[in-house]
Amino acid sequence: MARHMYASPVEKGWYYLHRLFCGVVLLYLIAPILAIIPLSFNSVPFFTYPMSGWSLRWYEEFFLTDRWQGALYNSILVAVSATLLSTALGTLAALGLSRPTFPWRTAVMGLLISPMIVPGIITAVAVYFFYADIGLLNSYTGLIVAHTTLATPFVVIAVTATLAGFDHSLTRAAAGLGAPPITVFFKVILPLILPGMIAGSLFAFLTSFDEVIVALFIASAEQRTLPRVMFSGIREQINPTIIAGATVLTLFSVVVLAVVELLRRRSERLRGIRDT
Amino acid sequence: MAIIAVQSARSSNGMSLRMKLQRVERRHKFKAFVLVLPLVLFVLITFVFPIGRMMFSAIHDDTLLTLMPRTTAALSAWDGKDLPDERAYAALAEDLKQAWAHKTTGVIAKRVNYELAGAGSQVTSSARKLSTLSAGPYKAALIEINPLWGQHDVWSLLNRGRSAYTAYYLLRSVDYQYGPDSQIVASPPQYSVFRDVFLRTLGISIGVTAATLLLGFPVAYLLATLPPQTSNLLMIMVVVPFWISALARTTAWVVLLQEHGVVNDVLMALHVISQPAELVYNRVGTVLAMTHIQLPFTLLPIYSVMKTISPNYVRAARSLGAGPFYAFWKVYFPQTLPGVAAGCLLSFILCLGYYLTPALVGGANDQMVSYFVAHYTNEDLNWGMASALGAILLTATLLLYYIYNRLVGVDQLKMG
Repeated sequence: MARHMYASPVEKGWYYLHRLFCGVVLLYLIAPILAIIPLSFNSVPFFTYPMSGWSLRWYEEFFLTDRWQGALYNSILVAVSATLLSTALGTLAALGLSRPTFPWRTAVMGLLISPMIVPGIITAVAVYFFYADIGLLNSYTGLIVAHTTLATPFVVIAVTATLAGFDHSLTRAAAGLGAPPITVFFKVILPLILPGMIAGSLFAFLTSFDEVIVALFIASAEQRTLPRVMFSGIREQINPTIIAGATVLTLFSVVVLAVVELLRRRSERLRGIRDT
Repeated sequence: MAIIAVQSARSSNGMSLRMKLQRVERRHKFKAFVLVLPLVLFVLITFVFPIGRMMFSAIHDDTLLTLMPRTTAALSAWDGKDLPDERAYAALAEDLKQAWAHKTTGVIAKRVNYELAGAGSQVTSSARKLSTLSAGPYKAALIEINPLWGQHDVWSLLNRGRSAYTAYYLLRSVDYQYGPDSQIVASPPQYSVFRDVFLRTLGISIGVTAATLLLGFPVAYLLATLPPQTSNLLMIMVVVPFWISALARTTAWVVLLQEHGVVNDVLMALHVISQPAELVYNRVGTVLAMTHIQLPFTLLPIYSVMKTISPNYVRAARSLGAGPFYAFWKVYFPQTLPGVAAGCLLSFILCLGYYLTPALVGGANDQMVSYFVAHYTNEDLNWGMASALGAILLTATLLLYYIYNRLVGVDQLKMG
């Protein structure tokens, strides 16, 4: 349906209709997210435009009151721990999975990715029953372990993707020149898969930072995370501080995505240079 | 290293060559597996085992077996036709007295109450009265204390308790239950809610998937045919929402769709409606917000398939005389079907398990299976029902996931 010099009027009509339709859909995707950001700066607790004035009072409440500050602290603590754990486990697994000799690759990959596919509520309830048995309910350890499980698939996928174009003769060359396996890993493999590792760990961080269902089930008020406080807030009475929280989460995701994209471009550029 | 092995072995005999090769290969396999092992173990312990345990508790319930051991033992001699004999009643009295002493009557009462609505309190009161009764005969005394014990269905229930495995929870999940003689009958209408819940879950999932396809396909086509500069720019508008927390986006919808929210204001300013429409806490809000979240999941696989379709096919069709729509429908569209199938299947799988969005944006009549799993876990504390509903949801998800894996390959899961 591309537009050509010799296109008939009907085709031209369809062409513009298609463009218009796509514009509306893209607006539907992006507008709700953008529309609430200014509302978080509203000086009065209403949710409509035009706004009566600008103020930072909701951000003050978000960053300075104990309820939200504690939640932010918990979220960061849990997300950082889960990221470190899942990056280590996921990278190792991806290295193994990418070896051409790995047996039952599809089945193992399916198993490792499954936390991404299984509905959140099933994971939450199953982990809740399990933790109730072994006494890990309402503990930081329990929350970190559960988030690690949910986050590892992203690391596995990202690192496996980086390794897809990996030239295994490089490691053989290094080994042939006398480097022990540890040196080969740190000097040859790690620099090449680092962009994938960072991308994967950023996605892992986001997964844990945004996770709400598991946190609702297995954490107590002491381990309350940011999304958990927001969730209960929306259920009771929505207030502008929650919108401020949502804005912070949104900006955070955008920054993470920008970093991932920059890394991807950089690694593409580096590979491009290597090819020539 | 394999090459070196081949060359050195060739000088000796062929037998040792094969063995050496096999040994090298085994070592390689083992090394690769050792790297994956920590994560496999971690996922097995923290994820697969808990889920397996949950599935197990959908069919496993030994409350009656462990808390009423004498009664269940005595009932093994019961023929199931008339009321059991004095021995069973004596055992029952003994069990209830002990339960009263150990304060486990509540657990038994709750278990009985699941299958015989209202019988729970009668069990508790019987146990309380029994604690003062010193000696038998118990049959007449128990029926005197509470006519419940003269009913056939409670004895059938206790008889079913002889086994630690029960199909009760799964039956209830599809609106069936045990009748007075342990036969399977349809649940009475006031308890038959789950078939509706499953149908609603299916309906919402199909509706949302269809909506994402209708909205996503044209956009994917646009993105795949635009020059890379422009399409990359527009791609950001698809990928960024994909990665913004579902909670933040759901929050946005709750705010925007309120009675005096932005959407209603805009619609009223445009004179589309004269008074605020109810957009949130109902089906409209649920579908709108879910479609918003799922759209990139459907769109991106379609896009990546469209990227690989050469424009030459359509050009060839056009030059052979096909009209623009005929060429699109007969030549271009069939080539996009793998992407359409992958995107829709993925979206559908994810829709089935939605909890967050319906819980926040939906009303009481928009809650899907997940909500009831949460409800039985947190509020009713009926873990058997939670497990049974969860098991059905999970089985459906995994079956579809298997199909997806065969059709597309799980390796193709992309993150935008």
